[in-house]
Amino acid sequence: MQRYIAWRLVLIAPTLLVACTLVFLVMRILPGDITFVIFGDVAVNPEAREFLRDELGLNDPLHVQYGGWLWKMVNGEFGGHSLESDEQIASMIGRQLPVTLLLTVYTVFFSIFISVPFGILSAVLEGRWPDRFIRAITLGGLALPHLLVALLLLLGLLLFFEWSPPIIYYPPWVNPWSHAQLMIWPTLILTWECSSHLVRVIRSSMLDVIRQPYVVTAQSKGLSVYRVIVWHVLPNVMIPLLTMVALQVGTLIGGVLVLEIIFGLPGLGRGFVQAAISRDYPVVQSLAVFLIFVSLIINLLVDVMYRFIDPRISYSG
Amino acid sequence: MSSSDHYSRQRPFLAGWFGIVWAMVFHHPVMVLAFLMLPLLTLLLLFPDLLAPYDPVFQNVSERLSPPSSEYYFGTDGFGRDIFSRVVYGARVSFLVGFLAIVIAGTFGVSVGTFSAYCGGKPDLFIQRFIDVLLGFPLLVIVVIIAVAMGPSGKVMIVSIALGLFPQIARLSRASSLAIKESDYVDAARVLGSHPLRIIARHILPNSLPPVLAQIIGYFGVAVVAETAISFIGLGVPPPTPSWGRMIQEGSRHYFEVAPWATVFPGLALSVTVFISVILGDKTQNWVRLKTSPSRKVDL
Repeated sequence: MQRYIAWRLVLIAPTLLVACTLVFLVMRILPGDITFVIFGDVAVNPEAREFLRDELGLNDPLHVQYGGWLWKMVNGEFGGHSLESDEQIASMIGRQLPVTLLLTVYTVFFSIFISVPFGILSAVLEGRWPDRFIRAITLGGLALPHLLVALLLLLGLLLFFEWSPPIIYYPPWVNPWSHAQLMIWPTLILTWECSSHLVRVIRSSMLDVIRQPYVVTAQSKGLSVYRVIVWHVLPNVMIPLLTMVALQVGTLIGGVLVLEIIFGLPGLGRGFVQAAISRDYPVVQSLAVFLIFVSLIINLLVDVMYRFIDPRISYSG
Repeated sequence: MSSSDHYSRQRPFLAGWFGIVWAMVFHHPVMVLAFLMLPLLTLLLLFPDLLAPYDPVFQNVSERLSPPSSEYYFGTDGFGRDIFSRVVYGARVSFLVGFLAIVIAGTFGVSVGTFSAYCGGKPDLFIQRFIDVLLGFPLLVIVVIIAVAMGPSGKVMIVSIALGLFPQIARLSRASSLAIKESDYVDAARVLGSHPLRIIARHILPNSLPPVLAQIIGYFGVAVVAETAISFIGLGVPPPTPSWGRMIQEGSRHYFEVAPWATVFPGLALSVTVFISVILGDKTQNWVRLKTSPSRKVDL
């Protein structure tokens, strides 16, 4: 097991290198650069622009820029400084990550909390009205884009309660009340979507398992429904459930650009879009590589957790 | 509820075609609705002017921000453009981008996935590491990077969404082919000396494709949402072309409280589209599952 984990950790390095190269190349195809953003629409003389490019290292040959950036990735600066604000990228990520991470944690926590009981209910009462009702709700969670749900929610709050969530984000340790007032809405929206996925996974894998002979055996030897479900059915649902949770965590960490923008959360997604629009190469590159790193680590964790959930799974090699 | 029971075990209330149709409408109203929407949507995409009463880019500033009425079904936006017409024309952008994206992603994904599964060994390992990298990027992140790199346009949008969906389809299609590759009839074909391409085309693909196709149908909705989200961020198809995402963005940013209809109606159009895609993908998946494992009669 230790050997397997070590081997997977080693494999992360070449994968990350490929990712770095890809991102670097894609970012350098673009026409126009940061100087247009720094100077804005003001007409500047070409020499000033050229001077700024020199200073930012944009006139160096590609391989020099690439090497320099790679070195900055590994020497602890995590990609150097932002071209726009000159802030260290490591500190930018340190500022943005907690926001996104908190949102992810809230969402995953609530989703698991909600989806496990409802998923079980839906499978046990297959075809009856609670099942149909739960399925209708999950269908909504999958089909309604959260862009629209968020806007309708804001509109509803505004029209019916004449209230809108706070504009400025505070971390929970500074102003917990304001934090809750702002974060509850994106959390609710994401929880709806995320728990819909989870409920469906739980339901369909439970239905698979319920038909297995050993469940019939367990029932016919007189075990209570509760015991059959908790001891014989649920352990088999854990693997698909874990897979889906991991998938959701992956999308939540990198993929909530739109909600972060609508609610003004200073998280990774919004930071990424802002950096991309202002052509802040180092920030975009570092954030992209960071996201890949996170997803690789999640994949590894999931594979290790499979082993603990299901001892039959063995990794050799 | 197992859907096939209604048709096989119970005697239908009315016999014949009418009975079948009645049973469908009665037991699966949502699915029937989704299927009925398809011809309607096709008509709308081919001939938007049949439905749209106004030119989608015609500005009538004196009528700006008028609420929905019999004249302007969905109201007008900040430039006095008819929102209903814009939603109808905007469907073209969304559907074209979504459709082409899944076609491109599907073609490449299935080819690469099947090839990777069939070859096995080193090529497989190499391709899978590469796919790992691509899978690490959330879809929207890929689209944003490429939209910024190439400059926003329809083509870039299609290619970048396709690139974002490609790794998932490749992964799925590889997994689906792997099991079939091990089966006896593939071995038999190989022993008989069939060309690898023939084995893939005649023996592997027909069996591995259905579940992948069902998933690809579901990805249509994902692609449409991605297009809207990118337009919402401001990196989508450039302005004169009406697009749902841009309408939602303009509506919500500039006159959300005074004229919510400018935001809500394009949003509803988007939701209906995704809804149809999700339902169709779902039903196809169930159908495929029923076909492949007759013991399992469950729909999700």
